[in-house]
Amino acid sequence: MNTTTAEQASAPVTEDALRSVLLAGERPSRPGPVLTSLTFGWRALLKIKHVPEQLVDVTMFPIMFTLMFTYLFGGALAGSTQEYLQFLLPGILVQANVMITMNTGITLNTDIQKGVFDRFRSLPVWRPSPLVGALLGDVMRYSIGSAIVITLGLVLGFRPEGGAVGVVLSVALLLVFSFCLSWLWTMLSLILRTPNSVAGVSMMVMFPLTFVSNIFVDPKTMPGWMQAVVEVNPISHLATVVRGLMHGSVPAGEIGWVLVSSVLLLAVFGPITMVLYRNKK
Amino acid sequence: MGKLAIETRGLKKSFGKTHAVAGVDLAVSAGGVYGVLGPNGAGKTTTIRMLATLLRPDAGEAQVLGYDVVRDARAVQSRVGLTGQFASVDEDLTGVENLLLLARLLGYSRRRGRERAADLLDAFGLAEAADRPVKKYSGGMRRRIDIAASLVVTPELIFLDEPTTGLDPRSRNQVWEIVRGMVAEGATVLLTTQYLDEADQLADRIAVIDHGKVIAEGSSGELKASVGAGSLHVRLRAPEQRAEAERVLAGVLEVPAEPSADPAALSARISDPERVARALAELSRSGIDVTEFALGQPSLDEVFLTLTGHAAEEDAA
Repeated sequence: MNTTTAEQASAPVTEDALRSVLLAGERPSRPGPVLTSLTFGWRALLKIKHVPEQLVDVTMFPIMFTLMFTYLFGGALAGSTQEYLQFLLPGILVQANVMITMNTGITLNTDIQKGVFDRFRSLPVWRPSPLVGALLGDVMRYSIGSAIVITLGLVLGFRPEGGAVGVVLSVALLLVFSFCLSWLWTMLSLILRTPNSVAGVSMMVMFPLTFVSNIFVDPKTMPGWMQAVVEVNPISHLATVVRGLMHGSVPAGEIGWVLVSSVLLLAVFGPITMVLYRNKK
Repeated sequence: MGKLAIETRGLKKSFGKTHAVAGVDLAVSAGGVYGVLGPNGAGKTTTIRMLATLLRPDAGEAQVLGYDVVRDARAVQSRVGLTGQFASVDEDLTGVENLLLLARLLGYSRRRGRERAADLLDAFGLAEAADRPVKKYSGGMRRRIDIAASLVVTPELIFLDEPTTGLDPRSRNQVWEIVRGMVAEGATVLLTTQYLDEADQLADRIAVIDHGKVIAEGSSGELKASVGAGSLHVRLRAPEQRAEAERVLAGVLEVPAEPSADPAALSARISDPERVARALAELSRSGIDVTEFALGQPSLDEVFLTLTGHAAEEDAA
């Protein structure tokens, strides 16, 4: 678009209009934390609307991974692709959601670079609300990603014995875990300088975290030390729970494990993020 | 002198070994434009960020509209507006969405927020661009939406951090008009700039900052007076008389006259404007014809050079 025509199309600033907006000195009362967080969530949704291509990580990646792993390894690992799909799909769902959490950090870092966050920080609103709102907006992304993986799985022949209830419960638990894990990335994005470095470091954490787990294979064939790592990796517990719920069993102990690790993630990285956020240069 | 809008004492901020702000004392009275002038890296933005509660000072105190920027940050936040290099708007969102977002965050209902956003867009000549993403705006429109975003709730004090950097002259004039309009309505504007003519045009008082310190403060006239009364420029009919004219001028003005690039012209910095008339009379008496003469106030560039020993546009980093 030609800037000159855009400039001319816009009416000049008129003194009277300026006076009237300045004199309309309305001072509404300060909104509460829930409303401001939801408003920031609305912003995140608007960004999805305006820049839908940012959804590539929640759409293409899960599709790619499901297809690749099912057909590359299915036969070798479980005897048939159908067998493997029953085992893999809940795992891929976990991996997809955990990968999507990275986006939070990258988006936040971009906001900081562009100066948008300074305006938010200078507003008299509940301090964590821009972050909480962004994470609430991400819930939309997790939901889209999950819906895509599950639909694709069903098309390919995934049959969850746990039925709709099991599937919905496992997605709900994934949303909780993802929301809590996101605070790790918000913390990183306040420490690192550029969105690229945030993406780089996130990948470095993400790959071992998702692969050294029971998402893709049963850890029985791994060396002992690696089994120990898989055993303490919260992603393994999450995958076990999602697998269990989808296939009709309720692994209560494991659910407790996942909830405790969620709370721990939030309790550690949430406050660190807020301190960094307050003291950001 | 009225109430103070901003008062700082010994404000300091360091980043590692860099003393970005090394003890700034400011007293800005309410109403009008206060200019903070300095080259890149002088500490202007860091100072504003502390005043706007975005950065915690290492030492010193700052009161904005009577509230301490650290202890009463909320009170400050709800009374000031920010525009500039920082505090920008979301480029992915449209103009109206950006303003509505801020209106909602500041407590407007959805309906009143929409009305407020529409009024602001109208006032800033952006009504037609309301539904376009801000990243498609031209530089001037972008600066106007930035300013509009800081006025969603009318602030008592507005920080404008280099509001015209990178703008074409027409857009720059529009921003200046907006600043004058806001001041006419009783707002206080703190403006940072590295453009001397911008400070000269807009600011009632100016603080010159260099290396994190205020090195001079006063009205534009006072600052200019501090480096002398200005210069006399003279152009002669006959270039060959220049050497003689130089002698005559130096004798009356008691300062050296310097030849200009123009072979028929010369100029002299003067300390006392009274002597100018006598100098011109003396030239005429010596049979030297003058075709042009001008008495110029010193520019802020000269002020800056005199105060800091280096030019304003030079990067201090």
